[in-house]
Amino acid sequence: MSSTTTTQTGLPSDGVMRAADGTPLKRSLARALRREKLRSFLLILPLLAFITITFIAPIADMLFRSVENGMVEETIPRTVEALKSWDATSGELPDEAVFEAFHADFVEAFKNKTHTRLGLRLNYEQPGMSGLFRKSGRRATNLEPPYKEGFIDIDEDWGALETWQVIKRASPPLTDGYFLAAVDAERTADGIQMKPEKERIYLFLFWRTLFLSIVITLSCLVLGYPIAYLLANLPLRTSNVLMILVLLPFWTSLLVRTSAWKVLLQQQGVINDTLVWIGLIDDAHRLTMINNQTGTIIAMTHILLPFMILPLFSVMKTISPSYVRAAKSLGANDWTAFWRVYFPQSVPGIGAGAILVFILAIGYYITPELVGGTSGIFISNRIAYHISTSLNWGLAAALGAILLGLVMLLFYVYDRIVGIDNVKLG
Amino acid sequence: MSSNRGAAVRFESVQKSYDGETLVVKNLNLDIARGEFLTMLGPSGSGKTTCLMMLAGFEPATHGEIFLNDHPINNVPPHKRGIGMVFQNYALFPHMTVAENLAFPLQVRGMDKSEQERRIKRALEMVELGAFGSRRPAQLSGGQQQRVAVARALVFDPELVLMDEPLGALDKQLREQMQYEIKHIHESLGVTVVYVTHDQTEALTMSDRVAVFNDGVIQQLSPPEALYEEPQNSFVAQFIGENNKLSGEVAALNGKQCMVRLDDGSELLADAVNVGGVGSRTTISLRPERIEVVPTDQQENQVEGLVEELIYLGDHIRVRMKVAGNDEFIVKVRNRGQRWDLQEGQMRKIGWSAKDCKALDAVS
Amino acid sequence: MKLKHMLLAAAASVAFTGPVISEDLPECENCADELTVVSWGGAYQASQVNAYSNPYAEMTGTKFIYDESSNEAVAKLRAMNEAGNITWDLVDVEGPDAVRLCDEGLAMEVDIDEILAPASDGTPASEDFGESLISPCFIPQIVFSTTFGYRTDVEAWNGAVPTSVCDIFDLEKFPGKRALEKRPKKNIEWALLCDGVAKADLYDVMETDEGIDQALAKLGTIKDETIWWSAGADTPQLLADGEIVMGSTYNGRLFSVIEEQNQPVAMLWDYQVFDFDGWIIPAGLPEERLNRVKNFLYFATDTQRLADQAKYISYGPARASSAPLVGKHAELGIEMGPHMPTDPANMGNIIVNNIDWWSSYSDDVDAKFQAWLAK
Repeated sequence: MSSTTTTQTGLPSDGVMRAADGTPLKRSLARALRREKLRSFLLILPLLAFITITFIAPIADMLFRSVENGMVEETIPRTVEALKSWDATSGELPDEAVFEAFHADFVEAFKNKTHTRLGLRLNYEQPGMSGLFRKSGRRATNLEPPYKEGFIDIDEDWGALETWQVIKRASPPLTDGYFLAAVDAERTADGIQMKPEKERIYLFLFWRTLFLSIVITLSCLVLGYPIAYLLANLPLRTSNVLMILVLLPFWTSLLVRTSAWKVLLQQQGVINDTLVWIGLIDDAHRLTMINNQTGTIIAMTHILLPFMILPLFSVMKTISPSYVRAAKSLGANDWTAFWRVYFPQSVPGIGAGAILVFILAIGYYITPELVGGTSGIFISNRIAYHISTSLNWGLAAALGAILLGLVMLLFYVYDRIVGIDNVKLG
Repeated sequence: MSSNRGAAVRFESVQKSYDGETLVVKNLNLDIARGEFLTMLGPSGSGKTTCLMMLAGFEPATHGEIFLNDHPINNVPPHKRGIGMVFQNYALFPHMTVAENLAFPLQVRGMDKSEQERRIKRALEMVELGAFGSRRPAQLSGGQQQRVAVARALVFDPELVLMDEPLGALDKQLREQMQYEIKHIHESLGVTVVYVTHDQTEALTMSDRVAVFNDGVIQQLSPPEALYEEPQNSFVAQFIGENNKLSGEVAALNGKQCMVRLDDGSELLADAVNVGGVGSRTTISLRPERIEVVPTDQQENQVEGLVEELIYLGDHIRVRMKVAGNDEFIVKVRNRGQRWDLQEGQMRKIGWSAKDCKALDAVS
Repeated sequence: MKLKHMLLAAAASVAFTGPVISEDLPECENCADELTVVSWGGAYQASQVNAYSNPYAEMTGTKFIYDESSNEAVAKLRAMNEAGNITWDLVDVEGPDAVRLCDEGLAMEVDIDEILAPASDGTPASEDFGESLISPCFIPQIVFSTTFGYRTDVEAWNGAVPTSVCDIFDLEKFPGKRALEKRPKKNIEWALLCDGVAKADLYDVMETDEGIDQALAKLGTIKDETIWWSAGADTPQLLADGEIVMGSTYNGRLFSVIEEQNQPVAMLWDYQVFDFDGWIIPAGLPEERLNRVKNFLYFATDTQRLADQAKYISYGPARASSAPLVGKHAELGIEMGPHMPTDPANMGNIIVNNIDWWSSYSDDVDAKFQAWLAK
């Protein structure tokens, strides 16, 4: 007992509890806890870094790309500036000052070979722009004043009001254009409007993706539930063999699987041949089971089945057989015992399996591409198309962001209805 | 089959095998009277639980027939047998409240709502859990869950209730309390109870009769006192209560008594419960508390033993001795405040009455 | 004398299949030892390895690394460019991709006459390649075409065979399933041609909404009977399996079905659509690697080498001077000339892929086409 005097109650005279070395107890405790926290933080640091680099950063990058639009301003800064004073709704072309600024920008862009890239960017807004920029190329750089006539001389599209409206509209460093396109809308001179009926595709595809994913999830559940039940109730040795069969699709290469489906499902395939041979269908009315929605549903159910069975199995494994016995001893027949006692206890497994299958299904694109024909493709196929073929990464990012939002919304709804803590993997 | 009519449950030549090679239950014949509390007692693997499962209908009998109120039930599915059952881990449905658990057997019987509520209330009051109807099983203590399980097994008024080691998961104190409660419920309702346990105290406390199982066979079927006082073989003697074994051979046989010569030559007078002829091997069974360390003339049997160890246990002193070559020979000396002058290493004469030691078959 | 010389040359080109040491191949100074070549895989890449890479490796000891990512080349090159790490040296792409890569600044612009060998008679490379020089970044290699194959054993046709591309749309005379590519390009052109649009007006009509509607309406007449393919191997497989009676694909694929697999399939050359395939050099290569690429290209695109490739696959050489040197198939021993899309007999009606038009309008038309397909 050195500096502080302790009163009868154990509290020091100044009202502050102190540790043996005299530091206030609270601070001492906080320090001890901090050390512990730091240690746990260091333990998860590698994972955190890994996730940041491989998961969070790409998603952030994607979200950014879906609105990013710096290129127009970077490539033709003077034009963007000059166009600010032009009223796009005036019905008149921009004045010579804009054309002069555009010429200066164009010369520089041509030197850096960025004029064609700008053309590609503007082509997303207005078909024909990429050709216009490419064609104008060297000739535009050699123009003499007056530039307005000169440009129109190269291509009359430079004299079209629309061209300049598009450039002005695409000038801001951030754009909602990709998101609008992703929901089949566009920004016209009269504001935001839905695209013409025959050009709308994405909302339809989102809807179909959801619908097919639900169908696939349900068929996985219907097929997987009995299997999982069997697995959970068989002796270990038998269930291990069966488990290998369940996991077989995992170990088969995509190409082999696809070929197998084609051999089985096509019109001259094994199933149709068998049905014709039995006489169930006649030769002229063979079933179409591939290159359509049926193909996608069959193939994806096959692939995703293990993701339903495994969580179901591990949850069912924990349901003691005595519950069903108890139900039966209380007078319930087999069905009632299953439905009122066993099934409710397997719901967490259904939840986990369904979420897993649904989320995997919603993002699948290789299998639908291979066996889905035209009616069985998903929104992801369009995303893949825009990533690798049309190279409209902004639109791909916007579609991806919407898909991400949709999944999160579904999670929220699921949490509200079932409760996310009511999901078990075993 | 006309004999024994009126039994609540009858096992007739029942056999059970899981693998087709060994019998888990060997030729079981057992009658259980209406309103009786019968306990199947035995070590694990003795076949007692299998018998219970066959009775409940969860395991088919490999051979033989089981009767419920004189009706054969081999082909009656479990849910039509009308037997209440309490499971080892209670098997309360975790996704239902206590009241819903109790309502379950009533609902599947199509009972109307008000009747259901009346019965649930009565059942909950019976187990003193009136206020717990809306709780989930996970929110109850082990003892409370146990009571709910009992209430659920009884709520639909079955004539027969099976209990499969229902108290195994409770701590000692709670277990003892529940034993009395179950006993009282049984007495007040008059249902037939078949109770499975491996705990002999439980069996002795609660039962009208106890069937001791070993190796798929009922070794003895008796009321608790008879089980303790008159074991029919050395397995029962060993399994129920504490027991000293001394082996030897029958030297003389005289009606209900016999003379047994131990392996060290000393001779003892014993009740001939289950022995062969003169010259056959036998095992003497003797309860530790029946032995006097200061024998009087009333004790026919008096032998010398070496005191090896003294353990003070409060109400009695446990003396481990070496007697006739057996150094696990236990004597319980009641603590009456006297000092018997017991010392470790002392040679000491001890004695007991002939009626307290039983000559049984030398089965191991 | 002249005739004798030509015969000898022809004999040499057929008989002499080993590496031809080109005396003109300039010494490669300050060159990398490795060369990463990206192509399409399969029989096509094999033909390049046989005709170009192997002889070149034998002469120079260069180590070749092959990649089969050409169908994703544009996206991958863009990703590499963003990451600032170009791992490819030479990429085989189709014409439209070359234009795209050039527009994006991902491919290097080249001076054809400076880096490629002239024809043996001294004609400058740019003249020898002629029309196939569709982009300042593009080094042409072959001409291929998209055309139709049909089964020759369809009973329902009563012995008739398709002779015009418009027979594709004739379900009465030629019933059965068809296969068309799951993209608007080519399908739109064929549909309009068969709906009465003159070839000269084709792209003007297509530029209007009504034109696309008209084409989709025409395609709509066979939509229920059409399987839409996305991989070049689909149609040959579907034809061989009897799943379809006719379908579009690349002429080289059909050659393989007909001549190598001996399937009862024949070709319909009417209105074949010409495309060019060739090399691009990724922009921003370090000097050593660029030197090696240039040296290899000088060799691989000379008159003889382009003709050699046709021994392994039925695509036509992009150089005019190579055509007379095209000989027999290296294994089948059949004359390859008649199987070239450029053979005069096959050139009755043709369309040349209008890369300029499609690069501007494909996004728009594709959206309409996909929306139409999806419904």
